[in-house]
Amino acid sequence: MIILEKRANPSQVWAFATPVLAVVLTMIVGGILFAALGKNPFVTIRTIFLDPLFSEFAWFYRPQLMIKGAPLVLIAIGLSFGFRAGVWNIGAEGQYIMGAIFGAAVGLALYPMELRLIFPAMVITGAFGGFLWAMIPGLLRVKFGTNEILVSLMLVYVAEQLLASMALGAMRNPDGMGFPGSRNLAQYASATSWINESAGMHWGVVTAFIAVIFAYVTLARHMFGFQVRLAGQSPRAAAFAGVNPQRLVLICLGVSGALAGMAGLFEVAGPAGQISIDFNVGYGFTAIIVAFLGRLHPVGILLAGGLMALTYIGGEIAQSNLGLPGAAIQLLQGMLLFFLLAVDVLTNYRIRIGGTA
Amino acid sequence: MDLSSINPILLLASLMVAATPILLAAIGELVVERAGVLNLGVEGMMITGAVCGFVVAVGTGSPWLGFGGAAIGGALLALLFGILTQYLLSNQVATGLALTLFGLGLSALIGQGYIGIKAPSFPDWHIPLLGDIPVIGPIVFQHDPMVYVGLILVAAIWWFLNKTQGGLVLRAVGENHDAAHALGYKVIRVRLLAIMFGGACAGLGGAYLSLVRVPQWTEGMTAGAGWIALAIVVFAGWKPWRLLLGAYLFGGVTVLQLNLQAAGLAIPVEYLSMSPYIATIVVLVIMSSGRAPGSLSRIFHASR
Repeated sequence: MIILEKRANPSQVWAFATPVLAVVLTMIVGGILFAALGKNPFVTIRTIFLDPLFSEFAWFYRPQLMIKGAPLVLIAIGLSFGFRAGVWNIGAEGQYIMGAIFGAAVGLALYPMELRLIFPAMVITGAFGGFLWAMIPGLLRVKFGTNEILVSLMLVYVAEQLLASMALGAMRNPDGMGFPGSRNLAQYASATSWINESAGMHWGVVTAFIAVIFAYVTLARHMFGFQVRLAGQSPRAAAFAGVNPQRLVLICLGVSGALAGMAGLFEVAGPAGQISIDFNVGYGFTAIIVAFLGRLHPVGILLAGGLMALTYIGGEIAQSNLGLPGAAIQLLQGMLLFFLLAVDVLTNYRIRIGGTA
Repeated sequence: MDLSSINPILLLASLMVAATPILLAAIGELVVERAGVLNLGVEGMMITGAVCGFVVAVGTGSPWLGFGGAAIGGALLALLFGILTQYLLSNQVATGLALTLFGLGLSALIGQGYIGIKAPSFPDWHIPLLGDIPVIGPIVFQHDPMVYVGLILVAAIWWFLNKTQGGLVLRAVGENHDAAHALGYKVIRVRLLAIMFGGACAGLGGAYLSLVRVPQWTEGMTAGAGWIALAIVVFAGWKPWRLLLGAYLFGGVTVLQLNLQAAGLAIPVEYLSMSPYIATIVVLVIMSSGRAPGSLSRIFHASR
């Protein structure tokens, strides 16, 4: 009989090993899935996980890695604070959209003026848009005890409708001959987030790295980081230590909202270029996987964001070269989170095989 | 705009239809939560049910078999959640989210060959005598059978939870799993059964969308219905009869906004489409008064 025995402290070794184990298990089960879909599992796995880095076209894919990874890391860093403290913001997708709408509005309103201050102003309004959207579930939870999971999620659908309305109405390109979608901000020199497009460098990438460092320092050295960790591990102890739970909820939601909003702004002013109906591609949800896969740790999130970006790009290659359905990649990402949660039992529990110990 | 084109009888009749998928999913989740488990994967189980039901119904030509397939599909996906949370002691919030992400991917993969196909028809019942009553007849007694299945389920769950020993055990497990365990009840077994029942109900709700309400398969067609079902469980204060109220309220907003869209109201379509989600938030704020089961979303580990 298999018995689980709670560890006094989470295992350090397994805390590092479980994400790796989860990736390996995902590759194995994913391979079986691909074989069932009539693809060569080894070729498919290699295409998804290795070709973007090491194939002869890797020079083309590597910049893509940064472009896809930046929003994931940026959003996941914000989410990780809340997830540690037991504040579940799962509406980052909506905050991402609102950031893009708010930020783009500034850029579009000032077009075609050329001024250095335009882009910084867009970043600030973008962050503010995401912050505002996250404050709705935050204030409702603090004032009325409303569940922030459900409210933040409902607001994703509201934001999606608002995005559609903007793309078709208020923000539609007046020179666009009636097509939906705004002006292209990436081609507007004062508003673009690109630093070097061919190298995949935009301000979102830079900000993501800054956010990682900032989060690391905050968690390791700052009082707020301590409060977040304490509130997550033992809410009662946190209350005795003088942590104000309401303030914590608002800060966690505010930070994650602002970061998601910034990610949206960098995307709309760079890689996406314009406000369009299908602007959001689910980064806000994938970032949840990234946050957990990175063990809610800033450095871990950076690595996990890279890995997830890899599956996006590898998935696209597999889609065009091998005819792998796009949904299979989405499934693979979901599977990864499942396996991670499953093998995480090893971190907190010891397995005893045999009779009663 | 022509508001007179909105027929109140038809409006109320379609309200019952619009509420049914949410009601089915919510009654399942209510049982799960009363057993002390928070499964946030309702959306994933619903969409998996929607695609499984559609595939089976198209393959066999029978909507009834489709609903059966949807229930099995939903229950199997829920079992995955059950194994993770009950045996591998994973965090229920995170695992529920994973279930939703996984279900969305899985359903898109299964359903890729089925886009644009029409589901076999599922005729309405015209209940004799009752269906002929003016006004009330067309509103209440001329629907497809699943509308009544939903209503019967609500009544059955109320009876089960409040009038049977099984229901008492389930509630005990949900209120205090340590005490229930000490009394010798099989906490994990009860919870696994509840989780699978919840999955089956969510599957039925999803299949109702793909087989009756739309009736077609499109990716992501549940569009948050599973999350709204979760919200309605909170709104209902974990009581079956109030669930009915919540589902009809939501169904009412949905149907009304669709009718207003069709009537050409001056408000843009996008803003009308937002209304069910905003209504859900408003309702959550005003009505989250019920007390959640004591052991909700806490991990049970029997230490010796």
